Amino acid sequence: MRNQTLRYIDWLTVFLYAALVLIGLLSIYSAVYAPQDPKPIYSLTHAAGKQLLWIGGTLLIITVIFFMDYRLFESLGYIAYGVGVLLLALVLVFGVKIGGARAWFDFGGIRLQPAEFAKVFTSLALAKYLSNKEVRLNRWRDLLIAFGIIGLPALLILLQPDAGSTLVFAAFVLVMFREGLSPLFLIIPALFGLTFVLALVIQPISYLLFAFLVLAALLIALLSYLNKGFSFKLLLVVGIPTLILMGFAASVDTIFQSDKILKPHQKERILVLIDENIDKEARRSRYNLQQSKIAIGSGGFAGKGYLQGTQTKFNFVPEQQTDFIFCTIGEEFGWLGSMTLITLFVALMSRIVYIAERQKLRFARIYGYCVASILFMHFTLNLAMTMGLFPVVGIPLPFISYGGSSLWAFSTLLFILLKLDAHRNQIFWT
Amino acid sequence: MQLEGRKYLFYTLFVLTGLVFAVRLFFLQLVDDSYKEAANRNVVERLIEQPHRGLIYDRNGKLIVYNEPVYDLMLIPYDFKGVDTASFCRLTGLSKAELIKRIRKIPNPRKGGVIIPQLSRREYARLQELLSEYKGIYVQARSVRVYPHQSLANALGYIAEISPRELEKDTAGYYQQGDYVGKSGIEAFYEPYLRGEKGIRYVVKNNFNQIVGSYKEGALDKAPRAGSELVASIDLDLQAYGELLMSNKTGAIVAIEPATGEVLALISAPSYDPNLLSGPKLSTHFAELLRDPRKPLYNRAIQSRYPPGSTFKTVQALIGLQTGALHLYDYLPCNQSLVGCHGHPSPTNVVSSIRHSCNPFYYLAFRRVILQGGDDFETIVKNYNQWRQYVERFGFGRRLGIDIANEGKGYIPDIGYFNRMYGEGRWGFSNIYSLSIGQGEIGVTPLQMANLAAIIANRGYYYPPHLIKEVRELGGPLPAYRQKQTVPVDTSYFTPIIEGMEMAFKAGTVSWQAHLPPDKQHIVICGKTGTVQNPHGEDHATFIAFAPKEKPQIAIAVYVENAGFGGVWAATIASLMIEKYLTGEVSRKELEKTTIQKTFSPKKHP
Repeated sequence: MRNQTLRYIDWLTVFLYAALVLIGLLSIYSAVYAPQDPKPIYSLTHAAGKQLLWIGGTLLIITVIFFMDYRLFESLGYIAYGVGVLLLALVLVFGVKIGGARAWFDFGGIRLQPAEFAKVFTSLALAKYLSNKEVRLNRWRDLLIAFGIIGLPALLILLQPDAGSTLVFAAFVLVMFREGLSPLFLIIPALFGLTFVLALVIQPISYLLFAFLVLAALLIALLSYLNKGFSFKLLLVVGIPTLILMGFAASVDTIFQSDKILKPHQKERILVLIDENIDKEARRSRYNLQQSKIAIGSGGFAGKGYLQGTQTKFNFVPEQQTDFIFCTIGEEFGWLGSMTLITLFVALMSRIVYIAERQKLRFARIYGYCVASILFMHFTLNLAMTMGLFPVVGIPLPFISYGGSSLWAFSTLLFILLKLDAHRNQIFWT
Repeated sequence: MQLEGRKYLFYTLFVLTGLVFAVRLFFLQLVDDSYKEAANRNVVERLIEQPHRGLIYDRNGKLIVYNEPVYDLMLIPYDFKGVDTASFCRLTGLSKAELIKRIRKIPNPRKGGVIIPQLSRREYARLQELLSEYKGIYVQARSVRVYPHQSLANALGYIAEISPRELEKDTAGYYQQGDYVGKSGIEAFYEPYLRGEKGIRYVVKNNFNQIVGSYKEGALDKAPRAGSELVASIDLDLQAYGELLMSNKTGAIVAIEPATGEVLALISAPSYDPNLLSGPKLSTHFAELLRDPRKPLYNRAIQSRYPPGSTFKTVQALIGLQTGALHLYDYLPCNQSLVGCHGHPSPTNVVSSIRHSCNPFYYLAFRRVILQGGDDFETIVKNYNQWRQYVERFGFGRRLGIDIANEGKGYIPDIGYFNRMYGEGRWGFSNIYSLSIGQGEIGVTPLQMANLAAIIANRGYYYPPHLIKEVRELGGPLPAYRQKQTVPVDTSYFTPIIEGMEMAFKAGTVSWQAHLPPDKQHIVICGKTGTVQNPHGEDHATFIAFAPKEKPQIAIAVYVENAGFGGVWAATIASLMIEKYLTGEVSRKELEKTTIQKTFSPKKHP
């Protein structure tokens, strides 16, 4: 079985994975490196040495996955999901609170974050459910069950509270779209999201409302022309969504003001993106954003050189070895280095979609899309946040950020796919 | 299956996202330079290292000024939070209101500022341990000027924090707010030499504003260069002695080495302890000195405008001889109907007129100078202008250029003055004759008078008087002080003047009291007395002298307000100074004591 795995494993993916993990390790070393007191990379007194330990752990995990029967992942999908959800519930009771969130189990100094693993088991369970030929995503009952599978762990994570990790679960909507979900599930949230941003940026709001009316009128005129004739139905199809969006736009301010929907610090994080000086009180949020942008921006074309960064070296950037690890790369390797990293990620994600599409098992394909979508979500949100394009949400950059739970979870997620992929041709013999 | 086509949405999404990031990073990293600057501001700070201010020695190598460390207590408001202010106030002796007031004055709450300036080493030692408990408190060492004596205050001047106006004038941008600069005296004049050059140190700081190392291993750093040492021409012992003699008197003494123009003593009385204008109470003391009715901050030696009285007769005689209006063997009668005089043999010639200070002689001599070649107004104007030019060449009516600021010019009236006073063409010799005996509109500084004594001692030239004989980095005085200035009077004409001055001291207008003790009488002093009429009270006494007659080593001018006849106390003080300088020791202890104790009231004696 092992020979089979190694012979058919997708070495390109393994190479991309290894490259990212190595970049991650070196970046973490640079982020915690103190020029006045240099320590070797393997020193366990700092994060880089520990990350080295976690990398050793992933080798063990990968070996275990390779030795398992590939069919086990599908059959154990629901059980894993059940255990995972139970852990998410338990962590709310027995977990230790760090940084305001009760997200960690503490086993005598070794901490585990079940939310990171929730991505793995939710992927398995969703893939298992959607791979059932009876399930139709245009049926409300099935749709609800699918959203339920996603929603339950997401809700438990939101209770910790960890809004960032919850947001990642939106990735599964992309997976469902590939499996036949109506495009409206992507278009409608996108429209609302766009309206929300526009309503915050464009003041006074009446300008935006007026623009909506003009756009709707133009759309109706265009469609009438294409349909060769105006109809009352057309008016309703364009008009009602327009009115709903206008109503939403008008109430964005109220929604934004209310402390029940968004917490004050979350509001600050949104506001500082629009205007760095909008609010004197939002100092902490602005500081993080500014320092992150300064670190990246000062990198220039080719960067300051490895271990030569100043912003990430003297702790100006908060969380520089975890969520803001990209700052170190941006500062020390500049635009070239950043583009290399981004290219590696785009290549990895594309390769995963490619792998997913070549699966003969529905389960394997859907699972593959889960892996690609989750990586995409993390990659996009994390980089957008460090570059000041998205509010600060605390989620790691896969394979790069420091953290055992995160590295192990992403590695597990990826190597289950590679294991499934290595056996994709066996389906004929069984 | 048509759903497979949806995979392209994923590829598109990945690549698009990558492109959005690429563009965003392009602008952040390549287009916008502000982040690079911000990064440098973030971490690299430029620290100024203050150099040591130059020390000043006297001509015998005695230290006049040195630096001593003081400690400014600094407070960073940003970090000074949650501190037990009550105990802090008790420790430092500040009231809570005062503490709050001082904290409010600190311009940058992250960088902090001075909360208590200039703690002494002892106070610092007491507070050091106790203060380490408080957050946001640190101590910054600085230095202040210390004077191991109480002399020379006005000449030395003082240093204080730079004023906004001085900062504006500093176009080179050397100074920063909070820097100390010389405000007056030598400290101000030699500021560019004394201050040295500031050092610069670049340090790297972390986000807590703590220094974590030097920037680029100190490649850009510059060590501070200490200010140049100065060697004053002042003899500190003579200076202190002169100040002692002037106790409770108002006036000035200036002593110059004739051969070099080096000022040996520059005394203005009353004076003050220079240490008063150094240290934490500078502004309080300064205000007190400024309010003092005896005007101790007024440097009489170089600023006041005293009429020279009869000492000016030496100049008149020399001009008369040089212009040919007067001849060596002219005997002129002491005609008291022209101007008052005192009993002495009559008639007199140049030598005996100096010896006895005959007023009518100089009335007649000056008349000859002014009316030479006619008595019409044009001739008078021409002769007066010529006379005035001679007087200026003797260093009067203009600044001699001593190396301290605020030197006075004195005053020699010009034609315009008399024209304004009496109307053009409507004045003549009768309106200006009092100039002949150094009275009237004429005003001179004691420095100019000492310089006159030096000119006579040198028989016709001088070097501009100066207090600093060597700027160490130049290896000598400023170049201007090496320029020999000659007076356009033949050297031979000085001989009768000097002879008259020798006679005046031996057996003329100078009181016997001023004579050197018998064992020191081989030192020949040449002097000229002056008694300046004072319409407001007792006359002022003045005296110029040099000694010894051959190879003179000291030229001196003494001016004592309200001391009456110049031949008594002014001459005595000059004589004591000469004895002190030339022999190192004054043996006339009784006279010395009387002189020190003597006071002169500005009121007229009944």
